Amino acid sequence: MSLDLILDALTALCLVLAGALSALAGIGLLRYPDALSRLHAATKPQILGLAFVLAAIALHDRHWTTLLALAPVLLFQVLTTPISGHMVGRAGYRTGNYSRDLLVADELVDDIDRADTGRPDTGRPDTGRPES
Amino acid sequence: MSGGLDLVSLGVIVAGALVLLSALAAVVRIVRGPSILDRLIATDVLISCLMLGLGVEMVMNGHTRTIPLLVALAATAMFGTIAVARYVTKQDRAERERLEREQAERNAAEAAALSAQEGEGA
Repeated sequence: MSLDLILDALTALCLVLAGALSALAGIGLLRYPDALSRLHAATKPQILGLAFVLAAIALHDRHWTTLLALAPVLLFQVLTTPISGHMVGRAGYRTGNYSRDLLVADELVDDIDRADTGRPDTGRPDTGRPES
Repeated sequence: MSGGLDLVSLGVIVAGALVLLSALAAVVRIVRGPSILDRLIATDVLISCLMLGLGVEMVMNGHTRTIPLLVALAATAMFGTIAVARYVTKQDRAERERLEREQAERNAAEAAALSAQEGEGA
């Protein structure tokens, strides 16, 4: 049980986990019913799957300079993926690309109602009770 | 050492097959739609599959030459998504309103035909 063997096993494990996350995203894309559910499945390999693959590259190469080169990849991905996911989710909500009976809670509709009726935003969650 | 190398090769094969499967699923979703948002999400998955595939290939061949490509993809992949997501809103809402209007007209025509039928029967 040498160090090389342990590192190789970790590399293989990271690769298989990344592939499994990617495959889960693909299956979710095919089988989930509406755009917002598909978005939930699709965003999994974008951060964690990439992190596993980068870990596999670093474990396979075993140089500190490689780790330094890989850091910006994960940094940029962590910065940009939430933005694009947010924009897609926002567009999906506004265009009605989701089925209402799949929703457990819709907190945004309360705020939209409040904006439509012109009541001032109290900054607190709506308790349903009249303001004292 | 040779057993360790086999372990990495096995991981590369399994991961490559799974990433390929995911890419094929994304292509199927791009083709089938139904809305442009589904295609947008599937395109995102295709890009992440590309990045994972590049990483798996780096482990397979034991080089690090395509890391700059990964950096560029990670930094710029969001712009296309944001641009399309900005424009999908108005177009899709107009499309839905048109469909709802057509449905309402069809319902009104059916109701009129039904009432005319009842008038004949009476």
